Amino acid sequence: MSRLWLVLLSLAFGAVLAAEPNAVLKAGVFDPARIAPDFTLRGSNGSDVTLSRYRGKLVLLAFGYTSCTEVCPITLAVLARARKELAASGADLQVVYVTVDPARDSVARMHDYLANFDPSFIGGTGTERELAAVRQAYGIVATKFPAGNGYGIAHSSSVYVVDRDGGLRAMMPYGHPADDYVHDVKLLLKK
Amino acid sequence: MIARRRLWLWSAAAAAVLALSLWASLTPVAVGSRDEIFEIPKGTWARRMAGDKVEILPSTIRLTLGIRDILVLVNRDDVPQIFGPVLMMPGQSFRLPFGVASRYQFACTAHASGQMTVIVDEMPATPWARLLWRMGTLLRSGRWP
Repeated sequence: MSRLWLVLLSLAFGAVLAAEPNAVLKAGVFDPARIAPDFTLRGSNGSDVTLSRYRGKLVLLAFGYTSCTEVCPITLAVLARARKELAASGADLQVVYVTVDPARDSVARMHDYLANFDPSFIGGTGTERELAAVRQAYGIVATKFPAGNGYGIAHSSSVYVVDRDGGLRAMMPYGHPADDYVHDVKLLLKK
Repeated sequence: MIARRRLWLWSAAAAAVLALSLWASLTPVAVGSRDEIFEIPKGTWARRMAGDKVEILPSTIRLTLGIRDILVLVNRDDVPQIFGPVLMMPGQSFRLPFGVASRYQFACTAHASGQMTVIVDEMPATPWARLLWRMGTLLRSGRWP
């Protein structure tokens, strides 16, 4: 009899959890999710970085450039904090940061830049043509503008969420705090 | 006699406006769905190729927390489309909830400015704010919330 009560209680608890409104992602969700366009670029860790190699992990995919002064430092700091807050489950999370500025973002420069935020973050660079193809596949905007003696690049600032099966599941707009990433990553890692 | 009748009519009209204003300010705003939906209809790409200037997504979208705070984009066309800040496949939808009142800027190639703005307002909590919000929504969208 007590076992029956236990089963009923578990079912009721499960129903409450399922109805929990927080079960909705904070990020924008694609329905249906398509397979994230694959790419292979030169990785900041010295070897090639291929997106599909991260199947089984959750990937947060960001686009930017190391000379960015406004958007990228904030986005990467937020992602680093989220990964830290995730503690052990952060090991199932991979941040991939693809440059929109191959002329300045060499492998070494990206490695040093990303190490300031989290040594596990991986940068991807390549030729202008390779990177343009990646941007087109994800609908990323990157437009040069004159700044000082050089140039800046206005670029899409959202972060794509690729699930464990390689599905392009969601997109987190710029400005969300680390807690929102932690919330969504935990939910997606449970599934 | 006519003056008295006119006075009565004006008084009735004023009473009706007052009653409506009281209702609009005191009744909490309740909606069936919090989705603000924009759809790319089938054939949009073909129309654009034929030279039609098709604008679906306004450059500024106004949402209100707790009332209409989920932006839903749907691509019903046969080809991929850049819709607001996202690239969407045919038949795909994108559902973006907003939890903080603020002004959000998105890069968007669909607009001449290259930007799309989403303004998210606080939920109108006081009677005066509710009245203003209802009137503003009526003027902007032509529908009584």
